[in-house]
Amino acid sequence: MSSADLTSERDLPSEREASAKGDIAPERDGPRDTGMDDASLHRWLTRTWRTPPGIIGALSSVDHKVIARRYLITAFLFLCLGGLNAVVMRIQLSGPQRGLVGPDLYNQLFTMHGVTMMFLFAVPIVQATGIYLVPLMVGTRNIAFPRLNAFSFWIYVSGGLFAWVSFALAMAPDVGWFAYVPLSGPEYGPGKRADVWAQMITYTEVSSLAVAVATIVTVFKQRAPGMSLDKIPLYVWALLVTSFVVVFAMPAVMITSTFLILDRLVGTHIFNPAEGGDALLFQHLFWFFGHPEVYIIFLPATGMVSAIIPAFARRPAFGHLGLVLSLIAVGFLSFGLWVHHMFATGLPKLGASFFTASSMLIAIPNGVQIFCWLATLWDGRPVIRTPLLFVFGFFFTFVIGGLTGVMLASVPLDLQVHDTYFVVAHFHYVLIGGSVFPLLAAAYFWFPKITGRMMSERLGRWHFWLAMIGFNTAFFPMHIVGLWGMPRRVYTYPAELGWGNINLFISAGAVLFFLSFVLFAFNLVHGALRGATAGDNPWDAGTLEWATSSPPPSYNFARIPVVTNVEPLWAERGALPVATGLRVDVRELLVSTVAEAYPDIREKSATPSIWPLLAAIAVGATFLYSIFTPWAIVWGAAPIAVTLVGWFWPKGDPEDEE
Amino acid sequence: MKRLASIALATAITLLLQGCAGWQSALDPKGPAASELAWLIWFFTGLCAVVWVLVMIALAVPLTMRSRLHIDPLVLDAGADNRKLRVVMIAVGLTAVILVGLTLLSFFANRTLAAIGSDAALTIRVTGHQWWWEVRYEDATPSRILTTANEIHIPAGEPVRLLLTSTDVVHSFWVPSLSGKLDLIPGRMNVLDIKADKPGVYRGQCAEFCGAQHANMGTFIIAEPRAKFDAWWNDQLQPAAAPTSDEAKAGENLFLKRPCVMCHKIGGTPAGGTVAPDLTHVASRQTLAAGTLAMSRGNLAAWIADPQGVKPGSHMPVVDLSGDELNAIVAYLEGLK
Repeated sequence: MSSADLTSERDLPSEREASAKGDIAPERDGPRDTGMDDASLHRWLTRTWRTPPGIIGALSSVDHKVIARRYLITAFLFLCLGGLNAVVMRIQLSGPQRGLVGPDLYNQLFTMHGVTMMFLFAVPIVQATGIYLVPLMVGTRNIAFPRLNAFSFWIYVSGGLFAWVSFALAMAPDVGWFAYVPLSGPEYGPGKRADVWAQMITYTEVSSLAVAVATIVTVFKQRAPGMSLDKIPLYVWALLVTSFVVVFAMPAVMITSTFLILDRLVGTHIFNPAEGGDALLFQHLFWFFGHPEVYIIFLPATGMVSAIIPAFARRPAFGHLGLVLSLIAVGFLSFGLWVHHMFATGLPKLGASFFTASSMLIAIPNGVQIFCWLATLWDGRPVIRTPLLFVFGFFFTFVIGGLTGVMLASVPLDLQVHDTYFVVAHFHYVLIGGSVFPLLAAAYFWFPKITGRMMSERLGRWHFWLAMIGFNTAFFPMHIVGLWGMPRRVYTYPAELGWGNINLFISAGAVLFFLSFVLFAFNLVHGALRGATAGDNPWDAGTLEWATSSPPPSYNFARIPVVTNVEPLWAERGALPVATGLRVDVRELLVSTVAEAYPDIREKSATPSIWPLLAAIAVGATFLYSIFTPWAIVWGAAPIAVTLVGWFWPKGDPEDEE
Repeated sequence: MKRLASIALATAITLLLQGCAGWQSALDPKGPAASELAWLIWFFTGLCAVVWVLVMIALAVPLTMRSRLHIDPLVLDAGADNRKLRVVMIAVGLTAVILVGLTLLSFFANRTLAAIGSDAALTIRVTGHQWWWEVRYEDATPSRILTTANEIHIPAGEPVRLLLTSTDVVHSFWVPSLSGKLDLIPGRMNVLDIKADKPGVYRGQCAEFCGAQHANMGTFIIAEPRAKFDAWWNDQLQPAAAPTSDEAKAGENLFLKRPCVMCHKIGGTPAGGTVAPDLTHVASRQTLAAGTLAMSRGNLAAWIADPQGVKPGSHMPVVDLSGDELNAIVAYLEGLK
């Protein structure tokens, strides 16, 4: 990528035009990357974009890659904690009437397992992968609203700490991850446990909304020149659709948890039937979020599959347009299915049948995706590496989960299996099969980009088989024991029901599955320390993240690439065309138009700042305090205001003052 | 290896049969609703299995092909892609046809289920409590209204209408071998019609998480021939049997003086509490504490002496009793057939 390849320099607005638009006055100009030699360009950009040294510097970082790495590691730690919860539960259930844990602890365990996996692992990790990859894939230097992005991480960490510290203090929520009222209400949920659930939701939703907004703006406004809507990588599309789903779904659960805490703290009776409230309203509000939540976790995973299959099938994805339209269709339809979580509540039969139809309907766009991936693979024997193995694992398990989902969509059938181990099996097949396996594939696939080193292929294969065998041993028999009548969320069961043997088998599988993650963790550490050097593009994949070095420099790309194909690196085998004209002495991004990605204006990107961390501490402390008194909102407003003023304090930039 | 496989298969089949023979299994239907549902489950499972196998075959096919490694990934065979497009279209079309079929199937199954109880002559009101079931037999004659707990006697071969509600949290009534589940929601009333084809005992339990003892909230449907059922109802309407032995008489006295009386009712005595199960005929029931323990003298004593050990978190308090007092109360309760 030398300056001799500046074929698209003409795409940038010329100096005169730009000045006429009023965004750049010549006296405010500084050195540009135009015509600059590679070495001095590197020096300039490094100085401008690096994360400042020292602890304060590290805490001030707004580099999307640094934030994403922190997110990924934290989410992985929460995965391990949630997995340990599950192991304890499985030991307790490995035989009838075991006494390892009592009901009080067991109910906290399964609630923490659900809350951790949904809110502290799954959503953050798919968003974090997006934070890392989306700016690289669209060819920009940083995510939009970098300080908001940093803030989201700190809020997420404080929410996670809040939940797990309360678990350590034996005051973790014990009402299930969907915390139905009245069980979680003021009368039947004494103590602070349900409040912890409600506010912990608020933390994580604030954080995920922030990431969603940043992702949407990055995708719409910061794409490399030439990356028109039809050339956006499928993974980026998936993250874009997911972010919109987050923006529309998360407010519903924030309302739910806020109503709940109002009921508990200030004695509103929103969910209290005795005072004219409605217990069922909680379920409607919660599942209006809860079902899209499944797709918030699943859609980014489909994006990963769409990114990995072409690299190993050695061709662009078959049916690119169909895949994009499917993603959008799933995003819309996901809001029309929530009632299928409530078939057993006795809703009017005709109304419930409508939701059977809509739940069946979403299988069509998901089917389109599956068929398009299969068609992509049908061009020849794919290159089989660990990432693709996990994609095969995804097909094997997710299709089972999808088909049992079709079973659950049927109102009468659901009445037999709802709230039994059949459902537990179903959603683990969907979430682990549909999301964790693609995430593992993604880990092997993008690990070289993040660390510059490869993970062990041999260990990867062991990991794959151990995970597949462990997972299916643990979860397939749950379908059967559910049909035999075992409800979920029971801390024990009588021996006469004959569920002992099969539960022992399930527990053995769960231990194997847990061990597969130990192996994975070892492979991660081993790869990071001893792995073979990866090079820029170890899989010879086609999207932009592979155009820069591994790991990428703080500024991502020395010169902004120009995109001519949906797989730009395959189309431009020699060197990518680039666009120049950005300043190198300040953090400057290229902002492009939404549809065609024409270069539009040059825009400053926020510099590192400690204020997002301080704001997160203020907000976090307010949330924490608010489980004790509503006055927290009043007293907390002051420190939050101070930190926000600090955050947005004018930088004395002439551009700001115009 | 072959022997190992056959042993594994035999074990799997035994396991499966063992489960099917259970008294709380959706795959072992004992009534028309559960039979219809079991058929539906098997049909969906079969169809889904076929679809899954087809997808797996489609996934395996490329493994038999030649590698594309040395071809420019952007050079595509337009003809092949067109053929694939047709195949994908057909697959999507088939998916849609299957889904429409399954939607209609479940719609008509729902109608069949709704028709089962349309001529129910007997109405039973089931109220969920943490963690037991209050069962009230409705009757036009007020003196024939009967309240009991946890065990629901019904006449075999007749549809019965259950009115489901709750006074505390959400519960769900589920007896898999008779019917699907339906929630008991405070402030609402749900209607579930059930029918047992033959006399028998069918176990069920709460299916919606309802707090500490959700796991020990069992119920039994006891289906009997009509004559036996009527006789049972008449027996249950009688006030509690008067204690005969001295020990039992002392037990009755203690029961009425101690906190027991605050929560429990015993017909024919001043004990009239309604927040806990009616004990008028407690000894005629098969289990204690909503299916937690089998009914026996020893279990009665254990339950009264240490309710928090038997069912941690339950609302039955520990009542301080001496050994003799405990024995007396157990002797009294044991006589309440």
